[in-house]
Amino acid sequence: MMRGSALLLVAIATLSLGLVPILAPPFYANLLVPFYGYAIALLGFNLLFGYAGLLSFGHALFLGIGAYAAAVIAGIWGIKEFEVVLVGAALAGLAAALPLGWLAVRYTGIFFGMLTLAFGMLAHSILFKFYHLTGGDSGMRIPRMRLFGLEFAAYNKIELLAGPFYYYCLTLSVLAAFLMWRIVRSPFGLHLRSLRDNAQKAEYLGVRVRQFRLAAFTISGIYGAIGGAILGFRTGLADPELVYWTHSGHLVFMTVLGGFSNFLGPVVGALAMTLLQDQLQSLTQYWRFVLGAILALVVIFLPRGLAGLASDVGLRLGRRWAPSAAGARDTA
Amino acid sequence: MSSQPTGNASSTAREPRKPPHWPADGVTTSLIETRGVSKSYGAVRALEDVSISVREGEFVSIVGPNGAGKTTLVNLLTGLLVPTQGEVYFKGRNIAGVGPVALATRGMARTFQLVEIFPQLTVAETIAAAVVTRQGKRWRLLSVLLEDAEIATRVAEVASIFGLSSRLATVSHLLSQGEKKLLDVASAFALEPQLILLDEPTSGVSTSEKHTLMKTLVDATRTASVEAIILVEHDMDLVASYSHRIVALSEGRVLADLPPDQFFADPLITNVVVGRRGGS
Repeated sequence: MMRGSALLLVAIATLSLGLVPILAPPFYANLLVPFYGYAIALLGFNLLFGYAGLLSFGHALFLGIGAYAAAVIAGIWGIKEFEVVLVGAALAGLAAALPLGWLAVRYTGIFFGMLTLAFGMLAHSILFKFYHLTGGDSGMRIPRMRLFGLEFAAYNKIELLAGPFYYYCLTLSVLAAFLMWRIVRSPFGLHLRSLRDNAQKAEYLGVRVRQFRLAAFTISGIYGAIGGAILGFRTGLADPELVYWTHSGHLVFMTVLGGFSNFLGPVVGALAMTLLQDQLQSLTQYWRFVLGAILALVVIFLPRGLAGLASDVGLRLGRRWAPSAAGARDTA
Repeated sequence: MSSQPTGNASSTAREPRKPPHWPADGVTTSLIETRGVSKSYGAVRALEDVSISVREGEFVSIVGPNGAGKTTLVNLLTGLLVPTQGEVYFKGRNIAGVGPVALATRGMARTFQLVEIFPQLTVAETIAAAVVTRQGKRWRLLSVLLEDAEIATRVAEVASIFGLSSRLATVSHLLSQGEKKLLDVASAFALEPQLILLDEPTSGVSTSEKHTLMKTLVDATRTASVEAIILVEHDMDLVASYSHRIVALSEGRVLADLPPDQFFADPLITNVVVGRRGGS
């Protein structure tokens, strides 16, 4: 019954998001496009953090890899099929994640975090300094691309983003979430959670700890790069700020805000952060201060994040309406 | 102890464990043995020329006072350490330093003195983690665990053996200490090991529950594919009740390797090494 309720909620949320371009001004659909990029990236981020127990402070690196891959494939090579760009971004994410992950997963805790932070800062320096290759602080332009071979020439950029591309990203996000759902519910996902909880015990049950951490790091890198390609399409630019450490901090913020112990928690956090940031920026110049205060309050009073709060409320309502069904464990 | 796995309700029978693909290093009739093993930590000689063996069908206990070298010997037997001298063989293969993952897939399991669980996993998930290894499904990224009938059947079997059937959906950190101990051992049994090493399994368990727990463990071996048990224990009543042989360590050396009746008949051993029988 719990699972059915959760599925119903997800279906309602997806349907609601699908109605945004129809019912709301194009501004809001355009505002939500980066949310989908972050949502996909965060599904991967939380595989590493929530399920494998490794907190990366440099994960925005993969957002940048995805965006720059899009710039190279579409802008320099002239291949403007977004599907090709997505595959290229995924491959670029894989190529970067394997060697970096091979180094990083030898460590855990703060050492893993600092190492990933260092990777991100190195990447930022390279992108910033090698301007003849990367455009430096000006970045690299990402041209408008075709979706399923369709130009949508009649649409201007805003109309494209708030229409076809919006639905493209929504569909891609649903597919990415479904795929990740299968991964975390698989035997592989179980071994990940076991090594998160107790790596020594996991080894004695035959869990290949380092290999599995590397696999999680690689999958999360691929998801991050795909998210970065979406972000790049939307802004039309790949620039070094994408990989700056504060951007990695935003990923952590979204994850904590939404709740990392819930499968869709980080996605909820991304949506909340996107809407909150927009509203706060229009209200006050001190929006960063307010966001920081909100994060502090969430950590203190809602350690399981917004999704955890929603889950608790749902449980209480469920007990009130159907007391005999209470007690089923939420394995999210 | 049965050398054959139990039947299961699944229509797909589990394949019996296959022998290793690589040739054996040496000829031995033992399941596991150490040959002149010594281990030093700098100037400290933790073990000195230890040669013991455990054959199929045996229940061997390792006893000795604190500092006798039991933990070092156990870590050598489970491939965690490389001996300074000598060799350790499991099923004819040198296992020095191979590590726990390799040994888990080769047919050895171990439990710890301090109970080791996965706090956020349920009882079913904990047992399933071992079953996934045993059935070779660790790299299945897209199949849903809950839909795997073969895993579910085996999890239910193991849980039933250890009296945990009613706790399958319980998150491990919510279990009682005794249940955590049972779960720790149950997950090791779920690997279907040929050899299981129990490191003070009754540590932290009340006196009244110790024999119940040991009986559960020994009964479990009769229904599983376990061929030999090594027990590290301080409780000499348990040791006397279940062991075919008792290996006593003292100051890093083997003091005795005898059946219980001979072991306890020697006052030198009982007085100097393990104290009076019936107390620790």
